[in-house]
Amino acid sequence: MKPAPFAYHAPRALDETLGLLARHGDEAKILAGGQSLVPLLNFRLARPAVVVDINRMSGLGEIREEDRQIAVGALVRQRRLEVWAQQGFPLLADALRYVGHHAIRTRGTVAGSLAHADPAAELPALLVCLEGSVVARSPAGHREVRARELFVSHLTTSLRPDELITEVRLPRLHTGAGWGFLEVARRHGDFALVGAAAVVSLADGRIAEPRVALFGCGATPVRASRAEAILAGQPPTPEAVVAAARDAAGALAPESDLHATAEYRRRVAQTLMVRALGLAIGRARGNGP
Amino acid sequence: MGARYVGAAVARVEDPRYLRGEARYVDDIKLPGLLHAAFLRSPHAHARFRGVDTARAAAMPGVVRVFTFADLEPFLKPLPVFGAPPPGLAERIRFTIRPTVQYALGPGIARYAGEIVAMVVADSRARAEDAAEALEVEWEPLPAVVEMVAAARPESPRLYPDWPDNVAVGFTHAIGDADAAFGAADVVLEERFRIQRYVGMPIEPRGVVAAFDRRDGTLTTWNSTQVPHFVQQGLATALGLPPGRIRVVAPDVGGGFGTKAAGYPEDALIPIAALALGRPVKWSEDRREHMMAAAHARHQVHEIALAARRDGVILAVRDHIWLDLGAYSGWGIVLPYNTVAHLLGPYRIRNLQVEVAAVVTNKTPSAPYRGAGRPETVFAMDRAVDCLARRIGLDPAEIRRRNYLGADELPWDLGMPYRDGNPLVYDSGDFRSALEAALAAAGYAEFRGAQKRLRERGIYQGIGISGYVEGTGIGPFEGATVRLDLAGRVSVATGAASAGQGHETTFAQVAADALGVPLDWVTVVGGDTAAVAFGVGTFASRSAVNAGSSVHEAATAVRAKLVRAAARLLEAAPEDLTIEDGRVSVRGAPGSAVALAQVIQASLPTFARAGVAAPDFEATACHHVPTVTWASAVHVVRLQVDPETGVVTLLRYVVAHDCGKVINPRIVDGQVHGGVAQGIGGALYEELVYDEHGQLLTGSLMDYLVPTAMEVPPIETVHLEYPSPRNPLGVKGLGEGGAISPPAAIANAIEDALEPWGVRVTETPVSPARLLALIGSRRTA
Repeated sequence: MKPAPFAYHAPRALDETLGLLARHGDEAKILAGGQSLVPLLNFRLARPAVVVDINRMSGLGEIREEDRQIAVGALVRQRRLEVWAQQGFPLLADALRYVGHHAIRTRGTVAGSLAHADPAAELPALLVCLEGSVVARSPAGHREVRARELFVSHLTTSLRPDELITEVRLPRLHTGAGWGFLEVARRHGDFALVGAAAVVSLADGRIAEPRVALFGCGATPVRASRAEAILAGQPPTPEAVVAAARDAAGALAPESDLHATAEYRRRVAQTLMVRALGLAIGRARGNGP
Repeated sequence: MGARYVGAAVARVEDPRYLRGEARYVDDIKLPGLLHAAFLRSPHAHARFRGVDTARAAAMPGVVRVFTFADLEPFLKPLPVFGAPPPGLAERIRFTIRPTVQYALGPGIARYAGEIVAMVVADSRARAEDAAEALEVEWEPLPAVVEMVAAARPESPRLYPDWPDNVAVGFTHAIGDADAAFGAADVVLEERFRIQRYVGMPIEPRGVVAAFDRRDGTLTTWNSTQVPHFVQQGLATALGLPPGRIRVVAPDVGGGFGTKAAGYPEDALIPIAALALGRPVKWSEDRREHMMAAAHARHQVHEIALAARRDGVILAVRDHIWLDLGAYSGWGIVLPYNTVAHLLGPYRIRNLQVEVAAVVTNKTPSAPYRGAGRPETVFAMDRAVDCLARRIGLDPAEIRRRNYLGADELPWDLGMPYRDGNPLVYDSGDFRSALEAALAAAGYAEFRGAQKRLRERGIYQGIGISGYVEGTGIGPFEGATVRLDLAGRVSVATGAASAGQGHETTFAQVAADALGVPLDWVTVVGGDTAAVAFGVGTFASRSAVNAGSSVHEAATAVRAKLVRAAARLLEAAPEDLTIEDGRVSVRGAPGSAVALAQVIQASLPTFARAGVAAPDFEATACHHVPTVTWASAVHVVRLQVDPETGVVTLLRYVVAHDCGKVINPRIVDGQVHGGVAQGIGGALYEELVYDEHGQLLTGSLMDYLVPTAMEVPPIETVHLEYPSPRNPLGVKGLGEGGAISPPAAIANAIEDALEPWGVRVTETPVSPARLLALIGSRRTA
């Protein structure tokens, strides 16, 4: 379990990093927290010719608070965001505590988890649920990639090989919105077998702006758009929630693996969606913690 | 001689170095000129290969040498095998035993994915791995034999073409008259249980460093092993050197659990490479190798039947047992006979009939792992007993009350031999009292009321029981040498290498009490063949019994020598002397006290005089342990099942156990906790999964799920001390016990939680997906 040979670069300046990425294209891998890449290297499952270590770059370690969103620099560790979020962004803190273990979150970056795009990971689902985005830079300039355009397939994003995520943008919840984030994993800290993130508001006693993302049950995090449409404008009853979750689960195409069958994932996605929406509605009503 | 330390919760003397990161493991050994080995391992479960083309690899940067079978043939002897039936057993049972011959490097055939094909030695591990990838092998795949029950049938493809089938060890065995008992029974319960393949998974994988010293012709090898003296003997055979020229050192070892008690190809290959190259060589097993090449364990199928009366009294047991040994059978009767000898456990049953087939398959070879057949057999028996209780409408606690043996019935002679050939007689204990103690500690009676109320709120909690009786401390001996220095400080050396169990504390307690010295005067060395001439090793819950007794015996002998010398010095009768706190005095005259150092120094000659006695304050003992002593326990677990997700959450775990005289309750608690954690792994998480081609699918710790602190509930222990009559310390073994009952207790508790739906758990691990499927099929039925 030693990596195959590769060239190592540790640039400090953005231009230098982008230059390396442009030069090496597909042959290069970006090393940030290393919590996914290093095991892949050691197993020789990833054999990049070049590793570009961005940990010495400056200006990527900030959490910037804006009115409607927070902007998280590419080198912000998951643990740091978790601690930050415990005050003002409880959904974020709720989701982050499921990411690996404390030690992993202390190294792993928020942007790195999104770039890795594991469909059973928490942060991609969160980005989808919040309708967030990432800022990608290349020698040609920068662009904002929305969550729904970012995740293409299993471990695959729409980022080009010459692009570096410099910032993650996470929209804040509307005042009065409630949230629920739940997952089932084999053990604490494992990737989810299946999970659900939900955000709802209530307007005149009816569900408004519901957003649900399911994960661990498709090639990317799944936005339950049709179920959201079913819920919108409905009274927040258990029946309405169950009907929407049943619809969402029916549309899933999960896969079987060592740890759970596709059938399990479909059934439990429905259960967790019901529970996450229940939590979200309760919090929106001000009942919840 | 007072028991000042034995029985006290002394803090573990080894812990500061572990906690400070100062322990020294094999991988920490660095020597000048050290080279590194990597292995090419078979990618196929079963395949012939013709030649290994080494040209490209040998020319790569940093590569020193590539070794194949052809290069090493003169050194390669078949790996050592164990487990021939001893006299006393062989007379009673007719075993069919077919030995398998395994070489450290395969001669043209690989019988499991992971078997070594070639070894590369280079100036770094990374370069050795690069070169191993560049080796070219021409493979001819053969059909893979994967599933054990199918493999036992004569029509199955075979691993060894000259055998009639794949059964490496087969036998039948009976006591009493099972046929008559089944004929007379009111109830017959039949069930099939499958125990998965899982294993100890030590935090430190294996590792070997070897260095040959040309000056004196000695080989030193550091090996992360539980059995340094076995490794020494294996090397003596392979290399043709006398044992005294081979020093095997097990430095700090990060967990063993049986995985490191086997003889392995790498134990020989690294020393051979060091000899051939004249430079020290290191191999540190990585986790991927460990998963495929370190021994696997467990993995049995039981078709069990119980015959019982309507009132729940069990009359007889029949069991057809299959064991999956993997590709080589290195342990003979050990696992199959352990399984049979522990089937009846704490139950008062006089009729038994078993048929056993230990089968070879194209998988990683198995070895005894913490429990070694007992967790599997207890799973089958205790699951069957719960099924029987449900069938006749008895509470699981009540059926055990009616069938467990009590103190008044011991010693209990099963009427069959143990694995060592001696009569299988439970020497001491009280299984009924252990049951009541565990039930009381777990609040069993109160729980039954709470359970009903919770169910009405849709909360499904359950409680499960499992008990076992375990033959511990298998002999025939362990070596121990006790020696004093000029200051009276004590060094104790034993062949019982420690893998973290706390030997440095417990053996110090035994020696300090026997000698009458403060605990911190004693230093314990385990795992160095140069420190003690004869040894066996640490496995099978044997060290407290075997090494403990030998330490006691040797220390007692040294004390007698001290007393003899002091009697001369003090001009007193030896029987009037006492040693306490490192000082010898005449009983009743504390003013006469002299330090042990003074006694020792007085024994050395000076220019003026001869010594008062022979300056020999050293003794070696190999206390004879002809047969095992029987430990026992009852486990009770409380848990909650989420019937919508299949997730099981453990709430409380209680162990009431008897390990005889407790040397150190803190260490005993730790051993029980560790064992229970591994048992929880077997119940809920861990499984080595193969596909139909014999490929291991769980190749990393992302897929092979060891429980973490988050998955292990609070564990309470109740110590019941029934001293063993079979050794001078009154101790019984305890290393394995914790791991035996959790799978059965947890499965029983899951069924108990889901009793309204009649869910039946017949295999482990009980993953959420497996459990939800079971719930689903019952709820819709």
